[in-house]
Amino acid sequence: MLENIQILIAVPAIAVDLLIQGAFIGAVFALVAYGLALVWGVMNVKNLCQGDFVIMGGYVAYVTAQQGLNPILALPVAFVLMFMFGWVVYVTIIRRVVDRDMFTSLLATFGLALLIAQVLNLIFGPEVRTAEAGFGTFFLADAIIAVQWIRLISLVLASGLALGIVLFMRYSRMGRAIRATAQDARAARVLGVNTDQVYAFTYALNAAICGAAGVLVSLIWVIQPYFGIVYSIRAFVIVTAAGLGNMPGVILAGFGLGIAENASTFLLGAEFAIVAIVAMLLGVLVYRQIQMYRVRQVVR
Amino acid sequence: MTGVSMTGGRTDWLIYAGLIGFGLLGPVLFPAYTNQIAVMWLMILMASTWDVMGGQTGYNSLGNIAFFGIGMYASAVVQIALFYDVGEYTAAFGAIKVDFTDAQYFGGLALGLGAAGIVAAVVSVLVGLCVFGLRGPYFAIGTLGVAVAMAELIAGWDYVGGGGGISMPVFPGEAGASSLAFYAMFFVLAISAHLLLRWLYSTQFGLALNAIRDDEDKAEAMGLHTLRYKLIGWAIAAFFMGIAGAVFGNMIGFIEPLEVAFPTTTFGIFMVAMALLGGKGTLWGPVLGAILFHVVKELTWTYLLGWQWVALGALIIVNIVYFQQGILGWAADTWPAAFGLKVDDGGNGDASTAKTREAAE
Repeated sequence: MLENIQILIAVPAIAVDLLIQGAFIGAVFALVAYGLALVWGVMNVKNLCQGDFVIMGGYVAYVTAQQGLNPILALPVAFVLMFMFGWVVYVTIIRRVVDRDMFTSLLATFGLALLIAQVLNLIFGPEVRTAEAGFGTFFLADAIIAVQWIRLISLVLASGLALGIVLFMRYSRMGRAIRATAQDARAARVLGVNTDQVYAFTYALNAAICGAAGVLVSLIWVIQPYFGIVYSIRAFVIVTAAGLGNMPGVILAGFGLGIAENASTFLLGAEFAIVAIVAMLLGVLVYRQIQMYRVRQVVR
Repeated sequence: MTGVSMTGGRTDWLIYAGLIGFGLLGPVLFPAYTNQIAVMWLMILMASTWDVMGGQTGYNSLGNIAFFGIGMYASAVVQIALFYDVGEYTAAFGAIKVDFTDAQYFGGLALGLGAAGIVAAVVSVLVGLCVFGLRGPYFAIGTLGVAVAMAELIAGWDYVGGGGGISMPVFPGEAGASSLAFYAMFFVLAISAHLLLRWLYSTQFGLALNAIRDDEDKAEAMGLHTLRYKLIGWAIAAFFMGIAGAVFGNMIGFIEPLEVAFPTTTFGIFMVAMALLGGKGTLWGPVLGAILFHVVKELTWTYLLGWQWVALGALIIVNIVYFQQGILGWAADTWPAAFGLKVDDGGNGDASTAKTREAAE
């Protein structure tokens, strides 16, 4: 552990490499966290099957690659398929837990996460998969920094998707209805917004975003039926750290987590990558709690 | 929430007689199912101890399974370290067969079980100091994170075998004797934990836990040292989970961090589902839920092989979404008189009071 610090000091360009690679991963994290922040903020549902939606999207890309097509083409397919899946999940499960206490929705989505992971395992088996898009690599700084074209492309795609969603939320009629519901669901209902439909759309949109992020994950990384929970935890880290309703913060924190995770994997070794993420989660939660404690004391 | 912890005195003793009778006769009548019945006692223990925090105190932990794994590993390390170097033993991945004499094995096992409970309880206090500031869903996510992190930490720690696991010392004697011995341990553990909790819930300590569940800030304002109650409650749960983990590790014979010691996605969620199925916040709910869940689980294993996990996941979702009050909660709503609940007319209008009021009018 920590031997790699010497390498880092000897070759500072590796730090740049860590930053760049971290940012590529972070873009995907930011998308997933954005979806979670949306559902959390609008419906007050803590979606623990976030990561499993990602993995489902990843398998859409995998199947596309198996068919001999370029897996990038799977992006719109996964978006639409996962949108429909999200709508079905809302109608069958989430609609019944929206008004209950938050532990109920947490547990229900955790159960759903197990279900999805098991079904994926039955269909695709427990092997680690990836979708090969077949682009090359280009090098910077005397070949120390290797940038795979596919990572750059996925960063562009992720940014485009994020931009599209932000514009949609700001200017479309449905986007305005979603924001109104998030501010005050009752008032929105009084003013003629069909909040049930807004909830369904929000949840479906979240699933679609996750599905698209999953396609990118399978392009630049690997997927496996049981990898979902780690993405869920990452999304929670990001959203809790950034704070709800702080969308630029969510995206920044997404990049930050990507870089932090990449750096900690390099420094501590791959076997402690998940520990590092969870440590960040606990750190953020405890820090938020201390903040709350201060607020409580001031209020008194 | 209404306190449904006490059923009538006589029915209580009938149920105890039935359970203990089944516990004693079970392995005699169905010798082929000894291990399955042992796991049923383990499930009862898990659901009952989860309910200390989840049901009675209102702190829904998704990470209680961490103590199961910690106990399992603590016991394994103690059992081996007494007579052998742990690093060498685990590095050989079971290639070294150490012959423990009977005295060595049972002495090590006894010490290991004790150490398992104590280490798990100590860890629960340390973890609790960090996570008990969290409330509601944040607590659930934080504890889930703790369980996931524990599994990964153990998997990265070569001294205890890392991801490769440890082969436990072999039980001396025939195979039948070993499963009976571990059966007896689970049986005694489950019954003694249940009796301890029964006594605990009838004391002021139990009332304090319920007060924390109903309104923690108010409980604190009333002068309850809430953190201390929460820590003790969690340590009791962790103590039993630790010993249960140690017994389970010895029963399985081979322990490994991700699937056996820290099964977050199986036992870790089962214990919550079982307590909810039976009715959380009650003494008998987790017991009833665990028995039912275990029977369903074994049936799906037999008849739906391959899809058993999917069926169980679906059962958990249906349970949580459509039937959250649990069997005992539903029964108490339907027949409040049978549970000794007093129905006052000035009630806050929950289902049971409303129904009885209608009947009275």
